[in-house]
Amino acid sequence: MSTLAAPRWTLWLPLALFCLFVALVVLGLITPKNTDIASKMVGKPMPAFDLRPAADGRPGLATRDLQGGHARLVNIFASWCLPCRVEAPVLGELARQGVEINGIAIRDRKEDLAGYLAANGNPYARIGADDVSAVQLAIGSSGVPETFVIDPAGVIRYQHIGEIRPEQVPMILDKLREADRSGAGR
Amino acid sequence: MLAELGLALLWTAATLSLLQLVAGALALTPRGADLAGLVRPVAVVQGLLAALAFAALIALFAQTDLSVKLVAENSHSAKPLLYKIAGTWGNHEGSMLLWVTVMGLSGAFVALVERRLPEPTMLATLAGQAFVSIGFYAFLLFASNPFTRLNPVPPEGNGLNPLLQDPGLAFHPPTLYVGYVGLSVAFSFAIGALVTREVGPAFARAMRPWVLGAWIFLTLGITAGSYWAYYVLGWGGWWFWDPVENASLMPWLAATALLHSAGVLAARNALRAWTVMLGVVAFSMSMIGTFLVRSGILTSVHAFAVDPRRGSFILALLAIYIGGALTLFALRASSVTEGERFALTSRESSLVFNNVMLSSVLGIVLLGTLYPLLTEAMGEKVSVGPPYFTPVSAMFAVPMFVVMAVGPLLRWRRDGLSRIAPLLALPLGLLVLAGLALVLRGGIRPLPLLGLALAPALALASLLPLRGRDLRRLPLPTWGMVSAHFGIAVALFGMACDSAFTAERLVALPIGESASVGPWQIRLAGIMPVAGPNWTALEADLVTSYDGGTEVHLHPQARMFWAPPQNTTNSALHTRWNGQLYTVLGEEAEGGRWQLRLWWKPFVPLIWLGGMLVALGGVLALLGRVLGDIKRISMRRRAAARRIGPRA
Repeated sequence: MSTLAAPRWTLWLPLALFCLFVALVVLGLITPKNTDIASKMVGKPMPAFDLRPAADGRPGLATRDLQGGHARLVNIFASWCLPCRVEAPVLGELARQGVEINGIAIRDRKEDLAGYLAANGNPYARIGADDVSAVQLAIGSSGVPETFVIDPAGVIRYQHIGEIRPEQVPMILDKLREADRSGAGR
Repeated sequence: MLAELGLALLWTAATLSLLQLVAGALALTPRGADLAGLVRPVAVVQGLLAALAFAALIALFAQTDLSVKLVAENSHSAKPLLYKIAGTWGNHEGSMLLWVTVMGLSGAFVALVERRLPEPTMLATLAGQAFVSIGFYAFLLFASNPFTRLNPVPPEGNGLNPLLQDPGLAFHPPTLYVGYVGLSVAFSFAIGALVTREVGPAFARAMRPWVLGAWIFLTLGITAGSYWAYYVLGWGGWWFWDPVENASLMPWLAATALLHSAGVLAARNALRAWTVMLGVVAFSMSMIGTFLVRSGILTSVHAFAVDPRRGSFILALLAIYIGGALTLFALRASSVTEGERFALTSRESSLVFNNVMLSSVLGIVLLGTLYPLLTEAMGEKVSVGPPYFTPVSAMFAVPMFVVMAVGPLLRWRRDGLSRIAPLLALPLGLLVLAGLALVLRGGIRPLPLLGLALAPALALASLLPLRGRDLRRLPLPTWGMVSAHFGIAVALFGMACDSAFTAERLVALPIGESASVGPWQIRLAGIMPVAGPNWTALEADLVTSYDGGTEVHLHPQARMFWAPPQNTTNSALHTRWNGQLYTVLGEEAEGGRWQLRLWWKPFVPLIWLGGMLVALGGVLALLGRVLGDIKRISMRRRAAARRIGPRA
């Protein structure tokens, strides 16, 4: 026959657990909220991938294209993404200043993308088609547009979430110069 | 005037709850015994005043009085009347007023009808109820006043979130609230019993109908909420393990455990301390859930009225009430003497097992809900979703289902498995056959497979308690148990079918073309604009046919609301006996093609049918208990009348 008589100290257990809960949420309430989800891949090499060309006239994108020379940008975008249209002229400006921009088109159709590039300009050196967001997820991007700064050694140095605004162009150029230095130091 | 009247009613109700607490507490002391007569009437009046204040707020919303800040922020003159009224609780302040109203009314109800408990326990219970009410009154009056005026008066209101403008959602929150807050009665009963050390079968019998009542509403609220999320959000899913959903599931799990352990306490005078603790935990889960949702501490898809200052206020209330009750429990529970003994193979043991499993699932859901907070405190960001919740809770749910099949067949105190083994042969055979058939069919993931194999066996086993009984004389609570357990099996089958057999397609169709999903052929016949009372929409005309059978027209819409401006998708569903076709109209793609999301979900409605059966079980059990009580009381009266009769 069992009686389930608990030792006396266990009676304090619920209270102890509740105190832990209160401590946790107090900590949560006083720390400021930041809802951006930073990529865990910053500081790590670009994962291995090889994407087919997404648009006529531009080659596809593979990991080996992101090594050597100068630091470059990888821009995650899509023809169906409104902020990307807003960002397009800013990317155009960066390209005019000699920055190499590589595009990864997320879940896009060839004809839609062609229309988008015709309407908004094509600042991309290469555009890879990421039909199931596999590469997007692998590099730790949670939305479009996002832009990654890749150093000459192929290591992700900076992640920009959301569209690059005109006033942020100097900051992006700074990040590229920093990446050039750190990539060269290897 | 109405707003000021409402505020005055609220202040009066708050003052009365203070009186109820003080009078109730003093009446327990030898010198305050005279005050005992005051407590019940005050509880009744307090509840009525809170209800009147709530009625005043409903009236303000119904007439769209834009001089009231809350109305201006959450309503609009062009809304249909139903949603004007539903707007009353579709916001933070209004729903907190609903909270204290339900709390006051349930306290009033207890004060009016509950006569089974010894008077001191009753006084302590009502004082406890008032003690909890005061905190929420203070929260309303000092941090969430629903009656604040606005000057100057705006010409038009902001409107109600279009997602909430749905008949299902208009009634889902009040249903859930009756459930959440109804559990406050169990909390107060537990406090009352701890204060007077009167924990026994009488306490369990008194508490049980109140818990049952709250539990029925919780079950209905969760079922309705899940169906709402399923067809309004247009994502095709029915449960997302979202913090808000978890906040409703946790009190339900605790209340389910409490119902079962109160059954043991009522019948066998065992599990005393455990039952009292669950009484405290159930309502604590309601409060913790409310806190997690309202404070904005967790990011949720349907967090509304996020305000850290309010969060701190509710947290302080939590610390006082839950901390206080658990301290009282720790101090007093050791003096609640241990109950009757029972053997390992017995009805009691199976119920203990059920309790441990339910509590484990509760712990797992709570941990998963809080885990992002825990890791964020350590500087890591994670989100916890179905890959954690589903398998880990299944680990505990599956053994619980098995015991749910066996337990009701066992006798109280001591029984042998050999006695019930022949009974179980049939469901066991069914389980093995179904399992084999599914494995041979192949292509089903382990967890859905387990669910599909278990569900028919569980359904059969849940009917076994009816075997060999005279069905006309079977007590209503037994019917209730059978219905609830059968409902669990039905819901499990629906869930497993949904994850095993759902077919999903995303297509872009030009007008006139067809696509197929599962056995369905779907032709996009046309797109036309339609206008509603406060929205316009594009509506697709889909001609669908199942396996080449008769054509059914479905009309999913993409709605544009203009107050507040927001787009929603209104899915169109067609239900057959063997499942549901679910269609959503997306955006226009280039070249005149329209995006359509199509799902064929075999047997998915069984999930909610099962939920309804579980709630029906609760209703039958409650009816049985209440009718039994009424019969006993009238018999006692008649006996008393007969004793007095001859003398007169």
